[in-house]
Amino acid sequence: MSGSPTDQDTDTSRRRFLGTVAGSVAALTVAPGVLLVRTAEAKPNAQPVSNAVRWGLLVDTDKCTKGCDACVSACDKEHGLYKKGPAEDQAQWIRKVEVKNPKTGYEFSLPVMCQHCEKPPCVDVCPTGASFRRADGIVLVDRHICIGCRYCMMACPYKARSFVAENLHHQVADSPRGKGTVGGCNMCVHRVDENENPACVDACDADGHKALIFGDLKDPNSEISKQLAKYKTTQIREDLGLDPGVYYRGI
Amino acid sequence: MKPKIHYREIEGHSAAYWIMVAVFGALVVAGLLSSYYMEHNGHWVTGMTNQVVWGMPHVFAVFLIVAASGALNVASIGSVFGKTAYKPLAPLSGLLAVSLLAGGLMVLVLDLGRPDRLIIAMTHYNFKSIFAWNIFLYTGFMAVVAVYLWMLMERRMKRFTRPAGMVAFVWRIILTTGTGSIFGFLIAREAYDFALLAPMFVIMSFSFGLAIFLLVLMAAYRWSGRPLGDGVVMRLKNLLGVFIAAVLYFVLVYHITKLYMTAHHGIERFILLDGGIYTALFWGVQIVLGSLVPLALLYHPRLGKSRTVVGTAAVLVIIGGLAQVYVLIIGGQAYPLQLFPGMEVSSSFYDGIVNSYTPSFPEIVLGVSGMALAMAIVSIGIKVLRFLPESLEDSLVDPHHPLEVLASDDAAPEPAES
Repeated sequence: MSGSPTDQDTDTSRRRFLGTVAGSVAALTVAPGVLLVRTAEAKPNAQPVSNAVRWGLLVDTDKCTKGCDACVSACDKEHGLYKKGPAEDQAQWIRKVEVKNPKTGYEFSLPVMCQHCEKPPCVDVCPTGASFRRADGIVLVDRHICIGCRYCMMACPYKARSFVAENLHHQVADSPRGKGTVGGCNMCVHRVDENENPACVDACDADGHKALIFGDLKDPNSEISKQLAKYKTTQIREDLGLDPGVYYRGI
Repeated sequence: MKPKIHYREIEGHSAAYWIMVAVFGALVVAGLLSSYYMEHNGHWVTGMTNQVVWGMPHVFAVFLIVAASGALNVASIGSVFGKTAYKPLAPLSGLLAVSLLAGGLMVLVLDLGRPDRLIIAMTHYNFKSIFAWNIFLYTGFMAVVAVYLWMLMERRMKRFTRPAGMVAFVWRIILTTGTGSIFGFLIAREAYDFALLAPMFVIMSFSFGLAIFLLVLMAAYRWSGRPLGDGVVMRLKNLLGVFIAAVLYFVLVYHITKLYMTAHHGIERFILLDGGIYTALFWGVQIVLGSLVPLALLYHPRLGKSRTVVGTAAVLVIIGGLAQVYVLIIGGQAYPLQLFPGMEVSSSFYDGIVNSYTPSFPEIVLGVSGMALAMAIVSIGIKVLRFLPESLEDSLVDPHHPLEVLASDDAAPEPAES
């Protein structure tokens, strides 16, 4: 027998449910087209990072001038790394290193930052997983689960990480840091996700040196891949087998 | 048949006992305050920097953790290897092991940048990290030794002593291997990156742990007025001598191997020849004061029989051990990273130069407070539970003790501290 009150109740609730589903599906289908107008170029923040790309840097040391620290200043500004307290405690996410061969006298100057290794030792040793590598090759610290043990700093052959040893003031919204946690070059991940270059690259370009090239190492048509295919390049401490994402030319 | 061993709590009513406990307590409070001071202001108030990221707290923490596993050896020799003479010492051995580990872990945790996030360390694991493994190994060690102590001290559980002791023994070997691997796995720094560090830490634990055990044993029996046989002390001091020699052997192999590899001549020159404080600590404290002098004292035909000399040797082993860990941890970081091997490098970030480190007062206090916590736990432990035999006379302990000596040795069990 049909038409009992119970059956009618069931029917209405089922109808309501189906209606909601249909509405949701319609909204989900239409919404991306309406909301994500920049999908053609940008890497949508709502989507997970993909390993279809591997972000990398190429440093042409022949174009990098001794004494120029435009990249360093830009990084300090971008990430709010103001200089305060004892010099040995200050954070340096990128630094200029002067190298000289004592046997031949040959000198060169180059910026050194997190090398964004394919197999980063800092990620291997981190007990909580705070130190992690994004699918697109960017190595960074989740400051929310970093306990400040500094084991990553012990493990990094490039001395790329700095510990936040002081109270922080005037933080930068795009790159928040945390007292008692470890930080380091994150390849300006907030800019990269907006399809922009890291701050150091833009600063070097603005100064006219154009010693830094940023791009996708997996895209054979990217400028960085073309240069890497054309010229002899080196990774710092290649012998360690970590496969850094930062390449150097002229060293 | 030999008389039975009776375990009893120490009385611990004397003023001296309470003063001792109060001093340990005050040091623990001072350590907590130091930690608060460092966390509140940030680590820039310590001697640790972005160049030397692990400092004095880590020296103490690693020393204590290594010594903790070593302190369990005495119990293992009894339960696992069946040496009867060591069995009465087993409960104290287990208690000391757990206490030293608690002290070491306290220092380690309180030096974290975010000690308040301990719960994160307990809930987020990266199983490729030896540090994450160690969290399990350390907490597991506490549990395993606690069960072992229960089997040892509960008459009805006696038959499980051997398996429990076996598990604890295997666990402690793995634990110290893990602690050594914290450094052994680091490819970045030349002083580390060496598989030998893991077994070297195991052998260091034998030596450091036994030195502390000997001191605690002699102090506890002397201060509580209980008899402690010369045979017991002689047995332990001879074993300590063997362990000191074994550590020396590992140190020798470590440096000979690194010296053989041309690429490591820089770090070897730094530690052995021109590293300033590190060279002085290595030769002066670790090798001479902490190894050769105690060896000579312990094996000297006349001096080696004096308990004062044995105690002095044990203190020297502890000082030498701290120096060894200091040279390894701080010296290994002071020597610059080799970004471009063979090149001269310089930067604003102290590349290419020897990094300086001066331990700050709060760091030292925090480190010492770890030792104080361990000693506080032992002091209170032996007062509330039956860890110590009423007597450790040779006639009671030594299975080979000749009966005629027993008769003529004025060895009738006398009630201690009645």
